[in-house]
Amino acid sequence: MNYVKEIEHADIVHRCFRCGYCKFPSDYVDFNCPAYQSFQWDTFAPGGRMWLTRAWLLGEIKSSARFAQIMFSCATCDNCKEQCVFPRFKDYLPDIFQEVRAQLVEEGVVPPLVRDYFKALSLSGNPYRRPQEERGDWAKGSIKIETFNGQEYLFYIGCVGSFDEVGQRLARSVARVLTGAGVSIGILGPEETCDGNDVKAMGEMGLFQALVEENVRKFEKRGVKKIITLDPHAYNAFKKDYPRQKGFFEVYHYVEILARLLKENKLKLGEWPKKITYHDPCYLGRHNGIYEAPRFILKNIGKSEIVEMRRSGVNAFCCGGGGGNFFTDILGSHEYSPARVRIREARATGAQVVATACPLCTKMLLEAARAEGYEDMEILGLTEIIERATFSREKQ
Amino acid sequence: MGEIKERLISIVGADAVSAEPEELWFYARDPGVLEAHFPDFVVAPRTTEEVQKIVQLANEYKIPLVPMGNGMALTGLVIPLRGGIVLDMKRMNRILEVNEKGRYVVVEGGTSQGVLKAYLDDHYPHLRHSLPDAPPTTTIAANVALHGQGRLTQQYGFNSDMVTGLEVVLPTGEICLIGSPSLGPYWFSKGPALPDLSGLFLGWLGTTGIITKVGLRLYPNKRIRDVEIFVTDRPELIPDILFDLTHLEMLEDITVWFQPKPLMFLGNYHITVFFTGDTEEEVTWKKRMIWDTLETYMKTKDGGFMNVDPMKSQLIQMPQRGVAEFADVPRGGGFEYSGPIVPIEHYPKYAAKVLELAEKYDVLYASAARLISGGHAMMFSISFAFNRNDAGMMKRVKEALEEATNFALEMGGIPWKPNFVEQKMILKQMHPETKKLLMAVKKLLDPNGIMNPGNWEEN
Amino acid sequence: MYRLNHDEGLCANCLAVACLMKCQYMKFGDNKEAHEEMLRLINGEDTRILQECQTCYACEEYCPYGNHPYYLICERREAKGIYTAPRPITKQWINMTQMQGKYMVGEVKERAISLCYIPTLGPLAQGEIFAGLSSSVVFGAEFMCPAVHTHFAKMSVVKERLPKVVENIVKLGVKEIICLHDECYGTFTSIAKAYGIEVPFTPIYYMDYLLERLRDLRDKIRPLHLKAAYQRPCSNRLIPDKNRLVKEILDFIGVELVSRTYEGENALCCGEVIRSISGYRLADDIQERNLSDMVQAGAEYCVFNCPACMTVLSEKAKKKGLKPVHIVELCQMAIGEKGVG
Repeated sequence: MNYVKEIEHADIVHRCFRCGYCKFPSDYVDFNCPAYQSFQWDTFAPGGRMWLTRAWLLGEIKSSARFAQIMFSCATCDNCKEQCVFPRFKDYLPDIFQEVRAQLVEEGVVPPLVRDYFKALSLSGNPYRRPQEERGDWAKGSIKIETFNGQEYLFYIGCVGSFDEVGQRLARSVARVLTGAGVSIGILGPEETCDGNDVKAMGEMGLFQALVEENVRKFEKRGVKKIITLDPHAYNAFKKDYPRQKGFFEVYHYVEILARLLKENKLKLGEWPKKITYHDPCYLGRHNGIYEAPRFILKNIGKSEIVEMRRSGVNAFCCGGGGGNFFTDILGSHEYSPARVRIREARATGAQVVATACPLCTKMLLEAARAEGYEDMEILGLTEIIERATFSREKQ
Repeated sequence: MGEIKERLISIVGADAVSAEPEELWFYARDPGVLEAHFPDFVVAPRTTEEVQKIVQLANEYKIPLVPMGNGMALTGLVIPLRGGIVLDMKRMNRILEVNEKGRYVVVEGGTSQGVLKAYLDDHYPHLRHSLPDAPPTTTIAANVALHGQGRLTQQYGFNSDMVTGLEVVLPTGEICLIGSPSLGPYWFSKGPALPDLSGLFLGWLGTTGIITKVGLRLYPNKRIRDVEIFVTDRPELIPDILFDLTHLEMLEDITVWFQPKPLMFLGNYHITVFFTGDTEEEVTWKKRMIWDTLETYMKTKDGGFMNVDPMKSQLIQMPQRGVAEFADVPRGGGFEYSGPIVPIEHYPKYAAKVLELAEKYDVLYASAARLISGGHAMMFSISFAFNRNDAGMMKRVKEALEEATNFALEMGGIPWKPNFVEQKMILKQMHPETKKLLMAVKKLLDPNGIMNPGNWEEN
Repeated sequence: MYRLNHDEGLCANCLAVACLMKCQYMKFGDNKEAHEEMLRLINGEDTRILQECQTCYACEEYCPYGNHPYYLICERREAKGIYTAPRPITKQWINMTQMQGKYMVGEVKERAISLCYIPTLGPLAQGEIFAGLSSSVVFGAEFMCPAVHTHFAKMSVVKERLPKVVENIVKLGVKEIICLHDECYGTFTSIAKAYGIEVPFTPIYYMDYLLERLRDLRDKIRPLHLKAAYQRPCSNRLIPDKNRLVKEILDFIGVELVSRTYEGENALCCGEVIRSISGYRLADDIQERNLSDMVQAGAEYCVFNCPACMTVLSEKAKKKGLKPVHIVELCQMAIGEKGVG
């Protein structure tokens, strides 16, 4: 084929039928591709990206700002991979988009906020452009958590948990609940380095490589064997990408630890009579198949009523925070933006609380709830719900 | 051009107009074999009023207008042959009303098949619509506009026969209600007992107006759906088998298909019979009736029922996701089919033609036919798969399809959703007074010739 | 090429004509009538046997001389161009089981397990019972016993493919092959022998292997205290001396094999091929009688040996309140590997 550009999976790009199954969840109830939902041009749907990629490989489309916008609008939610009806190449769809992004990064054609993200990470080690020394500040104050020094688990926070107000709130809550349950954890604090998951998703492979190497070196030097992550994005990177760079660790997301503690009767949950709905984070759910553990935890909160959103589990609609959109905001915050669509879906269940297991989802949905005027709706991490429940019991 | 863009933006907003190379490239083509033609703009309206204003603008500037759903007809009907504005109707995707006891639904011009199915499953599980096996992203309006078919076509006719009313924006910009909606708030009839104007918009492939609302019949949705496949290696028996089956008057969908791969299907013709019921007894009884009806063929060993269990879950799926998979057989992302509407008695001849064309043009074939209206006709599809990266293969498929359409016309069939070349073939063959009437109607409705030009034209 | 080892003299002098007199589907007035029909069959004349045999394989067991009446019926049918199932279904089966180079060979050494061409056998060859052998599997049309084509009166297909299957196994260096399917074992022993097709490896019947392994694992066995009925498959008729193993195994794991009408020589096949040959009435009748008999005998479980029987009858068994289970699964339950359903 006369392709003028090269990507690893160029040989399958032409096989897309642009049928659009990728736009939907498995029962077609509503559009399930966050970029397509937000922009509603076929070009922003996975089939559109595939066909444009082919045009770009052929030289019929240039590496333009618009093309970059289309490619970087992908939230890497994996719905297309799940729904594509072509078994022989469905698994490569997200890879292809990532490869194009990597090529665009090499060519220097990226949306400005994407460039800013990379720059901030390179210079400050985090997208917030805050000093590295402040990375452990979330842990100061009311919680008591040790620096990692041979504990059973490294509790890994990630950039959002370290610097975002909402993320920090979640980090503290998880730390409290884990230590309260007797789990031996330590943090790296100011020594922590970004996991790189979203850097890779956005295609800055050089930076990603550097981050992985630095983390692997750091972890090995400190004798880290097991990791609990706050953030499903970090979970994904440590679990899937790090082994390829010889970073072999036992990786857990905190919901897995909590679910196990619950099963072993080492964690007792109180009561909280609320209607709760759980939002599946893409990097915990579709990417890594963890659907039951968080639900198991919630079902054990006494007096609570757990309701599912119309699209849940493998069909969950992405909050729009992945693929760097948490920082680049390509998907916007208008009426049809994914987070607002999702929060309306949560509202429709009648739930008073949306339970989350990802700091990015939490922040995205919180801002969406505000935009929709849902003042009475709470967006809480699972451990925050656990803390509410325990607190009620102690009050008695 | 700048002025037109400004005007469009003022109608629909900047996020609904694009003249970017990316959108223009994408909307210039469809997944079939025809070549691309670039539009000047792609516009995605949300309301009928927006559509109206766009049409008025198009008349003013004499810009072609090409309405599209998801573009999966595959015969290039959404390709802007003369440039202009492609109207992506999919942002008009609401479900406006379900009248449960009247068994109809009213949707917008861009509402997708899948969304309607999910909505009915959630809110009216005892009602269903005639769902095609096309991907669920295809729209209801586009499907009826080109006389599409679906799961209930064998029982109730073309999906266009199931229309219960229309709202259209005429090519001259008027918003027009068609059928019972023109008299009152109920959408139960597309024409009768008035002079039936719906015929001016169904089958015209977007050349006589833009459908902005469509009423559609809903049908009882039974609890259980079951399937049997009858297999014969003698295609000449098929018309009689179908005649016997349709005599039962109690079957849902009947499709007849053959393909060389997987190997277990080679050399045989398969008749898939779907039937429904609310109880096990009903379904079992229907199954027995089906077997009894075809007993003579089993006795002569000319035909028998195969074991469907391994395939059942796939067959019962609606839409059948596996249909799209044929596109990947040559590892190349495409297939296109010619699906003329033909008398059932011609089945053996069409079946032979498929094999002949596949050999002549060295292309990968499949065929699936569907009965219409209890056996008054069938849609016979001649389908060829191609590798999009193999220009030679695409050319051969195109030629094979053209020959298939020629054959259909020679046999007195009607090419279905014909591409612009096939349309000319049809017009050439058509009875002259009929053609005259067709052209007169088109001219009357679209005096400026802006609606999907290049289609339903003689030259 | 390969000729059936059939002794015409034996049949000529046989007055009992057990093959036909015991047949569950063909009824004869007396031995004399049956004998006459048998002679017609042998002589290649028209006989009702050619139309009425339901291919249940049972006469292979009924014949006390091992003179292969069923294989003879198949040969005669094919010679006369007579179809059992409709011709297109026959064709479909031949195409479906064609060797196409899509097979799977695990870590096979001198001992292997054959999964034939039946995917549902795969999950059975797991766990402690098959410890050390679970990865030594072969699967594919290349390893499939072609006996099924006897149902369709296509002995020629059997004769053409069986030597190839044997060769494919030999090529792997296999000396012993555990057949998880009666039909495989029956093909390598009964059919191969009947046609003088050499089988240079040792087929092991999986129930022999099961019993041996259960003895090894006796300390782990907790008696299940269940009542079960056994669904005897058609292909077990090719290896009738192995039928006793079912009770031996079930006794060993504390499962009571209920005594019922359709057992042993009187067993009813699953009926599904009969559906293709003779229609739904006979097939439904057989299945109804069979399953009702299990229920009336007090069975809680319906134990299967053949995966095809299991596929065909499981849902119907469930509807009658029986729990379908494969005999290997029962053994896994007995050693605590699988939960009691």
